[in-house]
Amino acid sequence: MSLDKDTVRRVARLARIEVAEDRLEALGQELNQIIGFVEQLDEVDTSSVAPMTSVAKQKLRWRADEVTSGGQAEKVTANAPASDMNFFVVPKVVE
Amino acid sequence: MAMNSDLTGLTLAEARDALAKGETTSVELTEAYIAAVAAARPLNAFVTETPEKAIEMAKASDARRSAGTVGAMEGLPLGIKDLFCTKDVLSTASSHILDGFQPPYESTVTTNLWNAGAVMLGKLNMDEFAMGSSNETSYYGPVANPWRPEGDNRTFVPGGSSGGSASSVAAEIVVAATGTDTGGSIRQPASFTGIVGAKPTYGRCSRFGVVAFASSLDQAGPMTRTVRDAAIMMGSMVGFDPMDSTSVDMPVPDFESALTGDIRGLKIGIPAEYRIDGMPPEIEKLWQQGEAWLRDAGAEIVPISLPHTKYALPAYYIVAPAEASSNLARYDGMRFGLRVDGNDLTETYEKTRAEGFGAEVQRRIMIGTYVLSAGFYDAYYLKAQKVRTLIGQDFEQAFGQVDAILTPTAPSAAFAAGEKSGDPIAMYLNDVFTVPASMAGLPGMSVPAGLSDNGMPLGLQVLAPAFDEMTMFRVGGVLESAAAFSARPRKWWLA
Repeated sequence: MSLDKDTVRRVARLARIEVAEDRLEALGQELNQIIGFVEQLDEVDTSSVAPMTSVAKQKLRWRADEVTSGGQAEKVTANAPASDMNFFVVPKVVE
Repeated sequence: MAMNSDLTGLTLAEARDALAKGETTSVELTEAYIAAVAAARPLNAFVTETPEKAIEMAKASDARRSAGTVGAMEGLPLGIKDLFCTKDVLSTASSHILDGFQPPYESTVTTNLWNAGAVMLGKLNMDEFAMGSSNETSYYGPVANPWRPEGDNRTFVPGGSSGGSASSVAAEIVVAATGTDTGGSIRQPASFTGIVGAKPTYGRCSRFGVVAFASSLDQAGPMTRTVRDAAIMMGSMVGFDPMDSTSVDMPVPDFESALTGDIRGLKIGIPAEYRIDGMPPEIEKLWQQGEAWLRDAGAEIVPISLPHTKYALPAYYIVAPAEASSNLARYDGMRFGLRVDGNDLTETYEKTRAEGFGAEVQRRIMIGTYVLSAGFYDAYYLKAQKVRTLIGQDFEQAFGQVDAILTPTAPSAAFAAGEKSGDPIAMYLNDVFTVPASMAGLPGMSVPAGLSDNGMPLGLQVLAPAFDEMTMFRVGGVLESAAAFSARPRKWWLA
């Protein structure tokens, strides 16, 4: 598999990272080098192997469904680039 | 009163004992380290120094001691990797995208250390979001290794991603430091700087408040001058935490008591697959030396096979970027850190992330996005997770025959700055010996064992079964005694 210019443009868009048109080709080559490296895995027969889902071999714990925190809007918004009255200020989303 | 250089020359265990005997105070010790940190700025090991906070914490520690309350890390000044969130103190993961971020909460691991009495000297430089093996991807500039080959004035890398932690411990400007290890980020820099670095079993250290890179792999651990120091410090970092869903609720043994010096009858595995093509003769020689040291100490050396070793690194470079692309989606310029305005919401996201993330982080996010994208998930991510099962089975079978495994930590000594930064794959190969245990969640440590032909430190790695850090420390302690590694870097930054 190799990433052409259009694929790189699409992946960059999915990842929400702006990539200049004249960088797409070079970036594609870098990514292809890595994809080529990881494709060594094709040599391994995994037809009867289950994927690892948890390295610690333990079930996720249950917890009581109860409120444990809250009422900290000021702290939550303290690091925002823009906030107003404990709300995040974001670019207009709905016209 | 002791001289400052005498104080900073003490190991963690020695400083602990000197404090207990009243030979020094935490304030005196902390002042000596604050001066050492300031004098070592050419290393660029710190992103943020917190001398005032350090003195305040040291005074509180001395007061506790006077009142008869003494924690396991009481009064000991530490450096904290900038991946740990520290309340009201800038926490950046060495990324531009976390500009100005002051967490309103404290990570569980650092909370545990402060509860044990430790003092914070500041936040340590690292590869951006822990992605790198040379500490050259930091937004705050590269970290220098205190070590340089004799007669060579070039800057050498300290390894990564915990490069600031490794460099500051080796330079003796902190008693010890926290690190984090995703694919080798504690062990490889420890090897490059002649110190001890230990990663516990996945689940021992809480990940709460540690900026996430690859959640199924990330583990915190100590970086110290000696194996004993690592055992003491790890004991104060680990423990069950309901705030982390993968934290294990298991008793924590007294790791320091593992250092019996007795490994008679233990079986140590030597995996054939770690003898890779092109391995430098000095690494091969050191590994054989390590084998001989353990045999002389009464261990039985057993050749073993870990057949899927060669696939661990390619599997890692699917799993880790995939998890990273998901974890790093939160950096959207809305809730914290950098925002670069565009004409609409999407453009604001794209510009913020293009400017806020460095080249290596962008590369890994895009690899992760690609391997998880529609139509490719089975071919890449699912395949890698299946290979990961096989890697885990390899270790399980091996630990049916042996108690611990000995390997080199890294395939080379530290290299010069810039030497590998243009070639991602060459950089990734640094972690070829550390990644397999990470993929299986196993504990591992690097112990300084010798010098390369050009006089740079080299480490050997001890791996143990899950939750058997005791055996890891026991073997590591014997290896350390046998190696008697006493070389220290020349303090060129004081010139």
